[in-house]
Amino acid sequence: MSAGDLQSLWLTLRLAGVVTGLLLLIATPLAWWLAHSRARLVPVVEALTALPLVLPPTVIGFYMLVAFAPGSLVGGLWLRLTGHGLGFSFAGLVVASLFYSLPFAVQPLQAGFVQMGRAPLEAAASLGAAPWDAFLSVTLPLSLRAYLTAGVLTFAHTMGEFGVVLMVGGNIPGQTRVISVALYEAVEGLDYGAAHRLAGLLMVLSFAVLLGLYGLNAQTGRGRAK
Amino acid sequence: MSQSLDLDFRLRQGGFALEVRQSLPVAGLTAIFGPSGAGKSTLLRAIAGFERTGGQISFGGDIWEGDGRFLAPHLRRVGYVFQEPRLFAHLDVAGNLTYAARRAGAGTDASADVAATAQRFGLGPLMVRRPHQLSGGEAQRVALARAVLARPRLLVMDEPVSALDAARRAEIFPLIEALRDRDGIGILYVSHALTEVVRLAGHVLTLVDGRVAGFGPAAAIIAEGGAAFGGVDTACLIEAEHAGDTADGLAQLSFSGGTLLVPAQGLAPGGRVRVLVQARDVMIARAPPEGLSALNVLAVRVVAITDLGPADCEVRLDCAGWVLRARVTRRSVQALALAEGVHCHAVLKSVALARG
Repeated sequence: MSAGDLQSLWLTLRLAGVVTGLLLLIATPLAWWLAHSRARLVPVVEALTALPLVLPPTVIGFYMLVAFAPGSLVGGLWLRLTGHGLGFSFAGLVVASLFYSLPFAVQPLQAGFVQMGRAPLEAAASLGAAPWDAFLSVTLPLSLRAYLTAGVLTFAHTMGEFGVVLMVGGNIPGQTRVISVALYEAVEGLDYGAAHRLAGLLMVLSFAVLLGLYGLNAQTGRGRAK
Repeated sequence: MSQSLDLDFRLRQGGFALEVRQSLPVAGLTAIFGPSGAGKSTLLRAIAGFERTGGQISFGGDIWEGDGRFLAPHLRRVGYVFQEPRLFAHLDVAGNLTYAARRAGAGTDASADVAATAQRFGLGPLMVRRPHQLSGGEAQRVALARAVLARPRLLVMDEPVSALDAARRAEIFPLIEALRDRDGIGILYVSHALTEVVRLAGHVLTLVDGRVAGFGPAAAIIAEGGAAFGGVDTACLIEAEHAGDTADGLAQLSFSGGTLLVPAQGLAPGGRVRVLVQARDVMIARAPPEGLSALNVLAVRVVAITDLGPADCEVRLDCAGWVLRARVTRRSVQALALAEGVHCHAVLKSVALARG
């Protein structure tokens, strides 16, 4: 494996890791609200959240690119705060991926919260647990499986993104050249040896991550049934 | 001064409205009784703070809801025993108990409290089990212990034994009685089983269609009957003292209206007991009956006669201040020339003993 391949691999893992961490934090209150609120806005937000599932990644990428332009509200604000542009940067990739992978974090958590219901929380409140206390001591442990699923799916999905990256990130080594983009470039350059290495790497990585998830799921499933 | 729970609200839920304006004692056990759908559980949920009523709820002078304020459930310290145990699945029994004890407030020794309470509720061998490894009765015992460990100011129980068989219920009742009598925790107990009310309740609040139908001492409310009791299975409650046992195994229960004899059933002498007499188990005789297998005959006076249907009447009888009701045919009323003020004899075909 070449130094360039390793750099792409490291970048891909870093992107997926950062996005997964941030998304679990962001998705928790959103999924909680979707699971428990009776507001009329719920279906609207639900549909918005699920949009990345059906839209071509290039559509998200295109709008991100527009939003990241230094003259735009988001891009301009970012430029003033950090001194760098959002477009064609790692930070830009992270922000774009947050939108792109949002449903993969929100939907498992929402399902987990719905399945848990309010009953354990009412029991916790009746025992004197404040809402935050109840979230940490009851909701989190009871939703562990949902968090695991959300985390793994978000990680795997972010690892495999291509269209969004190409639109907002381009192909800058160490900055935005993730494995999928490097693969595309290798094929464009008719370097099939490199393409095989990169494609195989992404395959094995994704399989390993998913196997880990389903293996753990099967284990906890057996543990509960006992 | 004993505390009271003051309720004044109207809570709408879809097509249903629960309207309660009532002050309840926070001492002893108050049963909330009525047919299903009457709003019993909703009342408990409003008291615990799981439903907003938009009205007034105050406890011992503290405002829980009202005047634009709403005290969050975890600050009310209302122990809640649900119909299903609701134990935390990710914790074992010891973990569930410790969870409550740690949140019981400052100045409590959580581990000592857990040990003592586990012993008292007979949970020693269960401490390392997970909730799914418990039987229904065991799980409900853990739930009860857990609620007590949080040191609640008020305990509410929503049909806590309705999912259990008779033997398991018999294990739970003494624990509830001990909480009521020994610990002096005020308990609100939702039930639609008359036998539970007779056994446990000092006061009874009856609910019908989201409205309070009656409130008062258990004997008075049960004697009053009415829609909360379904109309047909009317009964009366007599409180008596267990005076002693006969040589042939009967317990003598004396009360101001006479003495009742019931099979002793291992009843300890000296205690107060409650006896439930169903209206359909009471016959009326003008003269003292002879040659009868029934053991219990009481001298009574007719207070009122009401029609129940085309052929049936209910005769309300006074027995030294206790109310008895008899369900008889209109033909019998005419044949015996029963009318208000007539003295006669009530023959009790069967009496049910409710301990405590």
